Amino acid sequence: MAHDLGFWTLQALNALQLSMLLFLLSIGLTVIFGLMHFVNLAHGSLYALGAYFAASLAAIGGYWMGFFLAPVAVAGVGILLYSGLIRRMRKSGPMAQVLVTFGLIFVMLDLTRIFWGDLALAIDVPTLFAGRVELLGIEYPAYRLFIIGLGLAIFAALAFVLGRTQIGAMIRAGVDNDAMASCLGINVERLFFIVFCVGCALAGLAGVVAAPLLSVTPDMGLQILIPTLIVIVIGGLGSLKGAIAGSLIYGFVQTFGAVLAPQLASVLIYALLAAVLVIKPVGLFPAKG
Amino acid sequence: MKRAILAALGLATSLAVPAAAEENIKVGLLLPFSGVYAALGNDIEAGFSVALEQFGSEAGTGFDIVREDTEVKPPVALGKAKKLILQDKVDVMAGVVSSGVLGAVRDMVHGAGVPLIVANAGNDEATGTSCSPYITRMSFSNGQVNRPMGQWMYDQGIRKVYTLAPDYAAGRQMIGGFAGTFTAAGGEIVGQDFTPFQKTQDFGPYLAQAKASGADAVYVFYAGGEAISFVKQYDSFGLKADLPLYGSGFLTSPLYVNAEGPAAEGVITALHYVPTLDNAANAAFVAAFEAKTGRLPSEFAVHGYDAARALVEAAKAGARDRASLADALRQVSFDGPRGKLSIDSATNNIVQPVYVYETVAGEGGLTQKVLAELPAEADPANGCEMAPVSN
Repeated sequence: MAHDLGFWTLQALNALQLSMLLFLLSIGLTVIFGLMHFVNLAHGSLYALGAYFAASLAAIGGYWMGFFLAPVAVAGVGILLYSGLIRRMRKSGPMAQVLVTFGLIFVMLDLTRIFWGDLALAIDVPTLFAGRVELLGIEYPAYRLFIIGLGLAIFAALAFVLGRTQIGAMIRAGVDNDAMASCLGINVERLFFIVFCVGCALAGLAGVVAAPLLSVTPDMGLQILIPTLIVIVIGGLGSLKGAIAGSLIYGFVQTFGAVLAPQLASVLIYALLAAVLVIKPVGLFPAKG
Repeated sequence: MKRAILAALGLATSLAVPAAAEENIKVGLLLPFSGVYAALGNDIEAGFSVALEQFGSEAGTGFDIVREDTEVKPPVALGKAKKLILQDKVDVMAGVVSSGVLGAVRDMVHGAGVPLIVANAGNDEATGTSCSPYITRMSFSNGQVNRPMGQWMYDQGIRKVYTLAPDYAAGRQMIGGFAGTFTAAGGEIVGQDFTPFQKTQDFGPYLAQAKASGADAVYVFYAGGEAISFVKQYDSFGLKADLPLYGSGFLTSPLYVNAEGPAAEGVITALHYVPTLDNAANAAFVAAFEAKTGRLPSEFAVHGYDAARALVEAAKAGARDRASLADALRQVSFDGPRGKLSIDSATNNIVQPVYVYETVAGEGGLTQKVLAELPAEADPANGCEMAPVSN
C-alpha cells in the first residue's frame, strides 16, 4: 500500500498522543518506585478511578469540572491509601508490597463496579476541543492535540521542578541515596508522601483525559498497567528522562508496529522489552548511575 | 457404540429421577455475574425471568432456578457446571456468554446428557464440528449474523470494503461470514486488520490505514468497551462522512449505544434483534422488560427471554427430564420478539431473520431504525454430525 506524507504525519501524531498518555501514568509510578522502592501495582486502578470521577463530575458540571477536580479526588484516595496501607508496608519488602497492591487492584475493580455498575460510561469531548484542526496538511482531532500539548506541558513543568528547584533537588537526592539524604536533614518520608500524592493526581489526570477518547470500564486500569510497567522498565527506574523516553518508544513502536507489521503488533513491544532487559537491564536512563 | 452408551446413560438418569408430575423442572443458570461480561449476564438473567413470568403458567409445571456465576473464566465455569449437574442435579441448564466458557463445559454437558440452552456464545463450532444433541443454541452464531450483510451491502452499490475486528475466534468468524458472501457477490476486500484483542485502546493507526486503503466502506466487529472506543474514535477522525461505517450489530448494541453518543449516528449494522422491531411479541417483551429494569432490552436480554421461552415450549410438549427436554428443545419453534424462530435439528442452531438497522437520533436519545429484514437461513452443517431427534 502506497502512503503519502500525510499518512505518516497522522501516524506520528497518533504515536505521540499515545506516548503522552502513558507518560502521565508512568512518571508518577516511576518516581514513587525510584524514591522509595515501593511497587504500587494499584497505579492503574487510580487511573480508572480518575476516569470514573471525571464521568460523574462531567455529568454534573461539564468536562472541565471533571478535569480539575477528578485528579484532586484521586489524590485524596491516594492519601487514604498512603495513611491506611502503604505507610505500614514501607519496610515489609517488595514481595509483600506487590501482593498487597495487586490485591488492591481487585478491591478497586469491584468497588468501581459496585458504585458505577458494569455498563461502560462515556464523556463527551469538551466543546473547546471538538472537531478537527488543519495541521501540516492533514486534519487531526483537536482533542488528541490537546492530550499531546498537555503531556508536553506536564513534562516541561516536571523537568523544571525536578531540575531547577530545591524540592526537586531533594527528590533527586532521595532517589539517589535515601539514607544519606535523611542524614542531611531531608524528611524523606514526607517527601515520599508528597511525591505519592502528585503521582496519584497525575494518574487521575491521565484517566480524565483518556475518558473521552476511550470508554470508561472497570477493567481499564488493568489494561493500562502492563504498558505502563513496560514503559518504566524500558526507560529505567526513577527518572523523568526514562519515563518520557520509555513512553515515546512504546508509543512509536506500538503505532508503527500496527501499521507496518500488523501480525507482530502485539509481540513487538515485548520483544523490545526483552532486548532492553538483556542489553541494559537497568533501563535506558536509570536514575542511579 | 458411543451413542448407545450415551443413550443408555440418558435413560439411566431419566429413570433415576422420579417422574412425578408435580415436581418442578430444576434449571441451572450458568452466567457471568462478575468479570467483563457481567452486564451481559445481568441482561440475560433479566430476560430469562421476564419470560418465565410471562409464559411460565403455560408450561404445566414450575421451574426452580439455581444461578451460578461463571466469572467469564472457563475453569471456574466448568466447576460450576459440575456442581449444577452432580450436586444440584438440574434437569436443564441455560446461559453461557463467552465461547471460551462454552468450549470448557461442552464435554461435561455432552457426557452427562444434560440439555444446555446457549443464551449467547456465538462460536460457529459449537453448532458445527463440536455440536451435541444436548446443546441447543437460542442466541446466534457468529457467521449467521454477518453472512446476509455481504449481499446486502453489494446491493447498496458498495464494491470495496476494509474490515477490522479484534484478533480472536469471534472476530475472525464474524468477518469471515461477511467477507465470504461479499466476495461471492462480486465485492472486493481491499484490506483487513485484526487488532490485538482487549489490548487495543487506540484505533488511530488502524483508522488511518483504512482511510488510505481507497475502500468505499468499512465493515467491523467490535463489542463492549472496544465498540465504544472504536465508534467514538472513528467519528473523531472525521471518517464517517467519506467512509461510511458498517458492521456486525453488536457494535451499536442498545446496551452501550448511549455511551457512544452522537458518534454512533448513521452507523449501519446487522443483528438478529433490535428493540424497535415492529411486532406484537416484541411490544409485549419491551414493555415487560422496561417495567422490570427501566431499560430497553438488548439483544442479550432477548437471548435470555427466548431461552426461557424455549424451555417453556419444551415443557408444554410434555418434556420433564433431561433426555426428553433435550429432544423437545431441538424441535422448538415459535414467534418471538425476533420474528419466527426455529431450531435446525441438524445443527441445533437457531434459524432466525437478520435485521439491518441504522442508529439514528430519536426523541429519548439514540434509537434503531430498521432498514431491511433479511430472510432466515439455516447455518451450513460445518461438520456437525449427530443423531437425529429420537421421537
